[in-house]
Amino acid sequence: MIGFLLRRLSQFALTFAAASFLLFAVTEFSPGDIASKILGPYAVQSQVDLLHERLKLDDPLPVRYFRWLGTLLGLVDNPLGGDTTGLGLTDPRGSRYFGNLGYSLMLKEPVVDVIGDRLGYTVLLTLWAVVFIVPISIAVGVAAGMNQGKALDRVLSTSAAVLTSLPEFVVAVALIFVAVAWLGLLPGTSTMTGGSWSTTAQLILPVTVLVIASASYVSRIVRASVVDTLRRPYVRTALLKGLPRRQIIVHHVLRNAMIPPITVILLQVNWLLTGVVVVESIFAYPGVGSLLLQAGLFGDIYLVQALTLLALAVAVGTQLIGDLCYMALDPKIKVV
Amino acid sequence: MTLSSSTYRETLSWATAGSRLLLRVAAISRNPTAFAGLSVLVFWATVAVLAPLISPYDPTAIDFSAAADPMPSWSHWLGNDSSGRDLLSRIIWGARTTYTVVPLAVGSAFILGIALGVPAGYFGGWADTFISRVSDVILAFPVLILYIILITALGPSLINIIVAVTLSYAPGVSRLARGITLSLREQDYIAAAQLRGESSLYIMLVEILPNARGPLLVDLCLRAGYTVIMVGTLGFLGLGLPPPTPDWGGMVVESAHFLSTYWHMSLFPCVAISSVVIACNLLADSLRRDPGR
Amino acid sequence: MSEQMLLSVQDLSIAYRKGGATLPVVRDFSLRLAPGETYGLVGESGCGKSTVAYALLGYLSENGVLTGGTIRLNGVDVTTLDDAGLRGLRGGDVAMVYQEPVSALNPVLTVGRQLVEARQAHRTCSAAEARMAAIAMMQAVRLPDPNTLFDRYPHELSGGQAQRIVIAMALLAEPKLLVLDEPTTGLDATVEAEVVDLIADLGRRFGMGILYISHNLALVGRICERVGVMYAGRLVEEAPAGQLFSSPRHPYTAGLLGCRPSADDRSARRRLATIPGQVPLPGQVPPGCAFAPRCQYFAAGRCDRLPDLPLEPIGGNASVRCLRHAEIVPEPIIPQPAAERPAPGMPVIEVNNLVKNYASRRMLGFGRRAPEFNANDDISLSVRGGEILSIVGESGSGKSTLAKIAIGLEEATSGKIVAFEHEVGSVRAGRRPRPLLRKMQMVFQNPDSTLNPAHTVGAIIARAVRRLGDRQSSEAIRHRVDILLAAVALPAEFRHKYPHELSGGQRQRVGIARAFAGNPEIVVADEPVSALDVSIQASIVNLLLDMQACSGTTFLFISHDVALVRHISDRVAVLYRGQVMEAGTVEEVFSPPFHPYTARLLAATGHVSVPEPANAELEATAQPPVGGCRYFDRCGLRVEGLCDRMAPPRSQRSESHFLACHHEFSFLAGQPGANSNKVQGD
Repeated sequence: MIGFLLRRLSQFALTFAAASFLLFAVTEFSPGDIASKILGPYAVQSQVDLLHERLKLDDPLPVRYFRWLGTLLGLVDNPLGGDTTGLGLTDPRGSRYFGNLGYSLMLKEPVVDVIGDRLGYTVLLTLWAVVFIVPISIAVGVAAGMNQGKALDRVLSTSAAVLTSLPEFVVAVALIFVAVAWLGLLPGTSTMTGGSWSTTAQLILPVTVLVIASASYVSRIVRASVVDTLRRPYVRTALLKGLPRRQIIVHHVLRNAMIPPITVILLQVNWLLTGVVVVESIFAYPGVGSLLLQAGLFGDIYLVQALTLLALAVAVGTQLIGDLCYMALDPKIKVV
Repeated sequence: MTLSSSTYRETLSWATAGSRLLLRVAAISRNPTAFAGLSVLVFWATVAVLAPLISPYDPTAIDFSAAADPMPSWSHWLGNDSSGRDLLSRIIWGARTTYTVVPLAVGSAFILGIALGVPAGYFGGWADTFISRVSDVILAFPVLILYIILITALGPSLINIIVAVTLSYAPGVSRLARGITLSLREQDYIAAAQLRGESSLYIMLVEILPNARGPLLVDLCLRAGYTVIMVGTLGFLGLGLPPPTPDWGGMVVESAHFLSTYWHMSLFPCVAISSVVIACNLLADSLRRDPGR
Repeated sequence: MSEQMLLSVQDLSIAYRKGGATLPVVRDFSLRLAPGETYGLVGESGCGKSTVAYALLGYLSENGVLTGGTIRLNGVDVTTLDDAGLRGLRGGDVAMVYQEPVSALNPVLTVGRQLVEARQAHRTCSAAEARMAAIAMMQAVRLPDPNTLFDRYPHELSGGQAQRIVIAMALLAEPKLLVLDEPTTGLDATVEAEVVDLIADLGRRFGMGILYISHNLALVGRICERVGVMYAGRLVEEAPAGQLFSSPRHPYTAGLLGCRPSADDRSARRRLATIPGQVPLPGQVPPGCAFAPRCQYFAAGRCDRLPDLPLEPIGGNASVRCLRHAEIVPEPIIPQPAAERPAPGMPVIEVNNLVKNYASRRMLGFGRRAPEFNANDDISLSVRGGEILSIVGESGSGKSTLAKIAIGLEEATSGKIVAFEHEVGSVRAGRRPRPLLRKMQMVFQNPDSTLNPAHTVGAIIARAVRRLGDRQSSEAIRHRVDILLAAVALPAEFRHKYPHELSGGQRQRVGIARAFAGNPEIVVADEPVSALDVSIQASIVNLLLDMQACSGTTFLFISHDVALVRHISDRVAVLYRGQVMEAGTVEEVFSPPFHPYTARLLAATGHVSVPEPANAELEATAQPPVGGCRYFDRCGLRVEGLCDRMAPPRSQRSESHFLACHHEFSFLAGQPGANSNKVQGD
């Protein structure tokens, strides 16, 4: 068990390392000089050259990757800090500390501070979304699957099929139109700063959009799995043993039918991050998703790197949790 | 060496496979769900092809008088956008954008994915391990975030969007193709082909790939639908094609501020995008339920 | 009368709805079963046997509809029961044992929990009491170490163990009727024999009525008092078992009996009786007698007239549904005996000290290597030109692996195979020279996967001709395809069909045509008929024998079916856990059997049972003993301290016959397995 966990962990560490390298390579090796990107379009060539020199941009990619990694781990100084660059970037923690993600060029602040302020909001949004997505999709999927072919199933399946086909921004625009522009029940933006609307009211629309987009998909998977399980010979065995219906559903159908959707639900966290970017941008929500988009549009490479690393950690972490859930639920998975 | 002698036969086999696919599409058309999906896709395809002929205005032409009153009217059936451009024309030309980006992007993702996945599954070994690992790494990136970093790095353009979609989908396709190949590889007819001394290329192209068509086609439809969503979302987030190219997602974001008064500016492009996605998903569903033979 | 009957089924009709049409699958089925009686229901697949079985528990599949009739169990009509009534009936009064035991058990619950559940559904009892009952029942079905097995999951059991669990589960609520639907399909022959004996024993002990459904006549004959034969949804004959076997009155019954080589049949190399054609699909059953199109006694204008042929009593508690039963004495169609077997030529394949280890798959990436599994361990054999050599053994014996290495689909770990003067043990097909590929071809087991579903029959055979034959012009290839199709008795129009349009038997025929496309010198047939219905099996075996006789091709026939092997082979090698236990001519090996394992295999095919020592394992344990005899743990004649320590010597009895056993020939010849068989044979 411990051995399995260690093996799985090292595997994920490897994936994470490879992904971070890929991320570094893509962001640093985009067309154009990093130094001139950092300094902006009005910089003088001599400044650019100076920064280029200072960042040692002529070193080969792996060297630069490991230097970046060293900075992140607090082993190497971040060359961008201090007043000498003329960029006005300072970090109260100094230029060498564990978790040093560099400076946001857009906000002229250390990335750690920028993210720290906003991460909580995104966690809040995502957690609320997950809290609704899981029970709703299981309830809808099971209800549809157990009544396969009946009216209830048709209504639920068709709505789920249509809702998965709608892009998040379409759902958001539609909800804003109905709830904000037409009925005036809820705020159209969720800046989470005081004002006339409570924070709960501000959360309702963003959470609803995420729930609609994800739950419609997950419930279809749950339904398919329930339908598939119902056809299994062991469910027939349970029925022909004379077990009460409730017992058949709970112990024989659901216990098995929940195994495949686990992966999907956890992968959904990955999709959810996509939705978060869209939803936060639409509702001007002060989370890291909208920040990532702004950083991307601005060309704030250090902020983009940091936020993507964060997303990668979440994605890889959920895979690990998925493995553990699988092991707990499916006795066929051997822990060697 | 073995391939050259059988190239003709392979072409023939693909041609018959193609004609059988058409027959199947015809058969599927009798299924109402599939028929609905297929008709919507064909409708937009026709619109895209005929755009220069049927579009009433130039999609980028600005009508200042209409900008003042952009609501739908006899001269502008679907009304105008906030800059006074004719919405109907922009939607018609937007279909062209969608029908250029999506097939190219999904097509190249499938070619790359199949080219990696089938040999990985068939040969196994270190190449398989390598391809699977790289796929894992790419799949660890949330899709939109992958687009954001790729498009920030490369800049928004038609080609770059296609490259981004290809890179993000190819691992998933390759994983699917690998999985199908792994199960088909154990079939006795593959053993029979090996006992005839067929080349690996022949076995992959002629014995395996035609049997992988069903699940790949379903996946293709689903991914095409999702690409429409993604291209729309990129446009909506300002990462899409640079303006003034008519792009459905971009049209929604340009008009989102006027939602309370000028709802039509968002509604029509939203409907256009959703109809294409729903059509793709309907088609995928009916293909999955009726896997042909 | 019906009051004292345990089960009384009257005119039961069941249909399936399919795309708007209603297809009858069971028609006017009647059956009476007294308490404690054992009744066998036989027939090929698609005859409606399983549908009847499930109907007895008030269960119809999703699209099934009851179109008429009653099912009375203890006087209660099952067809009119409500949900609560059905719950009490199922598992309570009538319990069922299923075809595939492993998939009939819930994979995520321990077997103990599933057993307890069955008890508690019908008896009010505490968890502890239910557990005691379950353990007791596990002992009753002769499961070793019930307390440990209780906490196991289904996937940790062998097929035989899983089937015993399913039987225990069925018996836990002490049902009055036990329905068994092909309970031994998929189990090894020796395990199958144990399970059948167990069922017969339990039936007597608990005084249950038993309905045993099977396609295997020999098994049904082994335990049933009365037997009913179903064809196309109807009972065509019903009689006491002995009478049915000795003097069948329906041509279908006679045909079925003739299709199988009988257990005590010693005359090798004779062809099997066949029934032409195949079972009609529901909805395509002809009017009049459903069997008419396949019947040699068919009389036009009579058999195809009557819309409702009655099941007529013919005395002696028997009845038959045949218009001409009074006029004919049905006999199986025995084709002309095959030609005299030629004397075997020089060895064409030599297998020397062949070893194949399977390293078990590592977990992705960082796994540790798990212990290796030996499929073939030190096999030495030779195959001679023109002979039919059969490799017989149970699952896990390594017989398929041996064939695959020889043909080039696997590589040996060590040792040699020399085929036509080429060393091929570690050379896969892709690296073998073309002329060698031409010489060795294969017929596969599974009709569902032997043909590529994406290509037409014509294209499949033509490709084989192009690659393996010497003709290259498309006209010549076309001609050759026609010849091959004719040789396997398929119409020429079949060239345009796709595999999914063909029946299992037809697909096997195409597979055979493909194997013979380039006139090979050796054909390896890996269980070529095991996935087919009995009557189809016979015709495919005959076809293989014909093709062999015509071309003089050497045959390497891989099978688990001892009766069949005995029937068709020149020589036979018995494999157990990767070692040759015994090899020789059919006569030498089977008449009488010497090796304890051979004796046991043979016993499993017939009515003879070999006494097992109480401590011998019923099934192979996971790990073979190191160093000793592979058969040690299951052997009734084992000598502790010798057999488990030292590998048995290979003793030569004649030039062609050898066996691997510590015992002397004279000792082995005096054993009950050998003796009883000898007596029976004489």
